Amino acid sequence: MTMDPNLDSPRTAVSNPPIQPMKANLGPGDVVRASAMPDLPKPERELTPVAKLIDVSKCIGCKACQSACAEWNDTVPEIGFNAGVYENPHDLTPDMFTLMRFSEFDNPETGNLEWLIRKDGCMHCSDPGCLKACPAPGAIVQYSNGIVDFIHENCIGCGYCITGCPFDIPRVSKVDHKSYKCTLCSDRVAVGQGPACAKACPTQAIVFGTKNDMIEHANMRVEDLKSRGFENAGIYDPEGVGGTHVFYVLHHADQPSLYSNLPENPRISPVVQGWKGVTKTIGLAVIGAAAVGSILHGLLGRANKVSAEEEREAEHLVESNLPAGKEGS
Amino acid sequence: MEKRLYSQSGDHIESTDPVTVSRYRGFTRINHWVTALSLIVLLISGLALFHPSLYFLTGLFGGGQNTRWLHPLVGILLFVSFFILFVQLWRLNLPKPEDRTWVANIGDVVTGHEERLPELGKYNAGQKGVFWAMSVLIIVLIVSGVMVWEEYFPELVSLPVRRWAMLIHSLAAVLIILTFIAHVYAAVWTRGTLRAMTRGTVTGGWAWRHHRKWLRELAGRERGGPAE
Repeated sequence: MTMDPNLDSPRTAVSNPPIQPMKANLGPGDVVRASAMPDLPKPERELTPVAKLIDVSKCIGCKACQSACAEWNDTVPEIGFNAGVYENPHDLTPDMFTLMRFSEFDNPETGNLEWLIRKDGCMHCSDPGCLKACPAPGAIVQYSNGIVDFIHENCIGCGYCITGCPFDIPRVSKVDHKSYKCTLCSDRVAVGQGPACAKACPTQAIVFGTKNDMIEHANMRVEDLKSRGFENAGIYDPEGVGGTHVFYVLHHADQPSLYSNLPENPRISPVVQGWKGVTKTIGLAVIGAAAVGSILHGLLGRANKVSAEEEREAEHLVESNLPAGKEGS
Repeated sequence: MEKRLYSQSGDHIESTDPVTVSRYRGFTRINHWVTALSLIVLLISGLALFHPSLYFLTGLFGGGQNTRWLHPLVGILLFVSFFILFVQLWRLNLPKPEDRTWVANIGDVVTGHEERLPELGKYNAGQKGVFWAMSVLIIVLIVSGVMVWEEYFPELVSLPVRRWAMLIHSLAAVLIILTFIAHVYAAVWTRGTLRAMTRGTVTGGWAWRHHRKWLRELAGRERGGPAE
């Protein structure tokens, strides 16, 4: 594997970055989808799809990935408190894009107590719910290499991305009111480097490369795990969201929910589809038709007018009721 | 003096030659326009975040971020303002038997033959419909709106509930905009109506044509009159 600067995306996170300067190769021209921009022109080139593979079975829970993430992205997660669990912080935050989630599993088949550690963060879905839900043009983009990125200067902080995400990943900052999540280190990938977390991982539980290479690697890992007695080992690359560009090797791929509630069959909620699909298009059409129709009818139709006769009737009625003395005054 | 059945306290015959009738006092009118203005701001800012083709409307508020924080605050203003309006108007908007006849013969209303219909109090069934639709939809909108208010209530409800709230909020918004269009259209189409919310009065002929029971009650009250 090499870091050849002529490659359109890095093939590994392990080797050192190229020493010669190189141009960032992940630009607006590589965007295949952007939020609230339905008529985006097709990009001229197609980048090789990349992926980050997280092999849960190799993770030792050291949190080097979290440290590297905070360091590279220059975030300063708030100093929290100890609630008696290993998660730190206790949830993803606008300053912590990735989080090791720890769960204890008392395996009824083997009698072993298993410590399942999953690195949580954006999955970079091929069909991203955040992007579908976002109302701000260009605030969420998807590059042709599969990375889903938030463009913060366009973000308005509405939180629709949270509503759309099947994995509950984005977090809106209380400081600048913009939404944050893992970028898959798009700024590193653009210049031939792998993501910071993969670079920092001491056991290579996190590896990075082309999606095809990663699938091949994952298959090897699954085979190895099976030979060690994990019959249900497998890949978690969920179909419901079109596959993801961050995916897992799980020793219990038949029960993803063991890993801190990793969803069984994630997909964009039909409720979100209904909101962003039929409600949006038909709703606006009906409003438009009603507005135009009433304006046209208002201009061309016959108005409901009061006649002089009716004014006289009213006068008659009121006068006949006036107390004597006031009449005709 | 006898009890009012078809009119609000404050409604009275203002002058007799020509007849003008006071329909809304100043407080109610200001209350109405605050509500109307809030609804218009909500409609524009909401539509801007509803459909990409209308996102440019955020420019009216100084961009997307401003639109995002302004919309829910104006929502609260609308809710409070409409609530005050509701307290004043709800009693005369309760359904009456003649409303059924009015709705059944809506064709006569549209073609301008109101003389074929029963005499009405202060509101006809259409106006009552707008009133109750607004009341229900505003409650639905404020409740679902708070559930998706990221800035102050990010963890009020679970994600599945929040998704439903978002869908219901947008459906209710479509319905309230349609109600709003119907309300404005009816007020313009029925000539002589707008002045009830600007000057506060209507002509006697207008009251005779559209709300004769209301006019009769007010005329009847003149007989006793204020102590002379």
